Amino acid sequence: MDIFQTLANHLFVSIWPPYIVGAGIGILCWLAFLLSNHPIGVSTAFAKSAGMIEMAVRGPEVRNKPYYQENPPTIDWGWMLVAGLFLGAFTAAWLSGDINWKWVPQMWEDTFGPSILLRLSAALLGGICVGFGARWGSGCTSGHGISGTLQLVLTSWIAVFCFFAGGVAVAFIMYRIIGV
Amino acid sequence: MLKTLHNRTRIQYFLGLAIGFFFGFLLQKGGVCRYDIIMQQLLLQDFTVVKIISTAIITGMVGVYAMRDAGWVSLHKKSGSLGATIPGPLIFGIGFAILGYCPGTSVGAVGHGALDALIGGVIGIMAGAGLYAALYPRLKERILPFGTFGDKTLVDLFQARNPWFVIIPVAVFMAGFLAILEIVGL
Repeated sequence: MDIFQTLANHLFVSIWPPYIVGAGIGILCWLAFLLSNHPIGVSTAFAKSAGMIEMAVRGPEVRNKPYYQENPPTIDWGWMLVAGLFLGAFTAAWLSGDINWKWVPQMWEDTFGPSILLRLSAALLGGICVGFGARWGSGCTSGHGISGTLQLVLTSWIAVFCFFAGGVAVAFIMYRIIGV
Repeated sequence: MLKTLHNRTRIQYFLGLAIGFFFGFLLQKGGVCRYDIIMQQLLLQDFTVVKIISTAIITGMVGVYAMRDAGWVSLHKKSGSLGATIPGPLIFGIGFAILGYCPGTSVGAVGHGALDALIGGVIGIMAGAGLYAALYPRLKERILPFGTFGDKTLVDLFQARNPWFVIIPVAVFMAGFLAILEIVGL
């Protein structure tokens, strides 16, 4: 009884230790390979969604674009994974009472001020680079950063190094040079 | 391999949703869907992101290679080239710092109410992916094939006769790095 009570209480705690979370994600990777013959990856679903939206606006000839012929814009396992990711992240935040509608993150506001327009412009620009770069390099922090590296794929190790090299450089420029 | 299960489309959709649910749940509980935690990692002040990724790699690597030895799973390796694997991920990294989320954590951040992750993250990443699709034919012709090295693994690179000759040192090295982070209090 007490053990179940303790376990249940953890569902309501905001933050779990990183090693527990990391091991849990590693086990999810086992399950994805074993049960679905699929590595976990997120950014392909964004490309498929972009293609589906473009098809809704411009019609089915969008499918003929070379990129979408190689990566058909349809709902698939990876798209369902991202839908589940949202539901799981929402549930976790809801259980610990951490849902908090906010336009500007605290750390951004402390350095760059409370302007919603400034934050959204930067986020949009950053998002476009993330989406563009993820497709250029065939993967993101999940597909390369976890699934590729754990298979010891050379491309993925190089990609992760570049993710963090680019990220650390720009973070230091933003918070240590511009925003002092 | 569970081939029959892999071919059951509806069950696979459900499994994708379920695995995604627990993935999102863990990312949120790990705190890595928060802008402040991600930026403090990129500023090398808080190593939560590195700790989670490293533990996931060690756990995943050992399990996936053990299941592969048993014949239960096959690997899914991505091919790369200097023209694809260097510039793309560098642009990703630049965007990662400006946005403050990666694709998975931007979706997770919407789950705790971060509206910048919705407008900038989810919409921006889709726009960037769509832009890439538009430019893909030209990149494919001129830049992507440059310096192709295929789907080599570190096992191939070191010409190891047994993958465990690489897996064990990588796991030990990463665990050692995590231990150092804990010792120095990061």
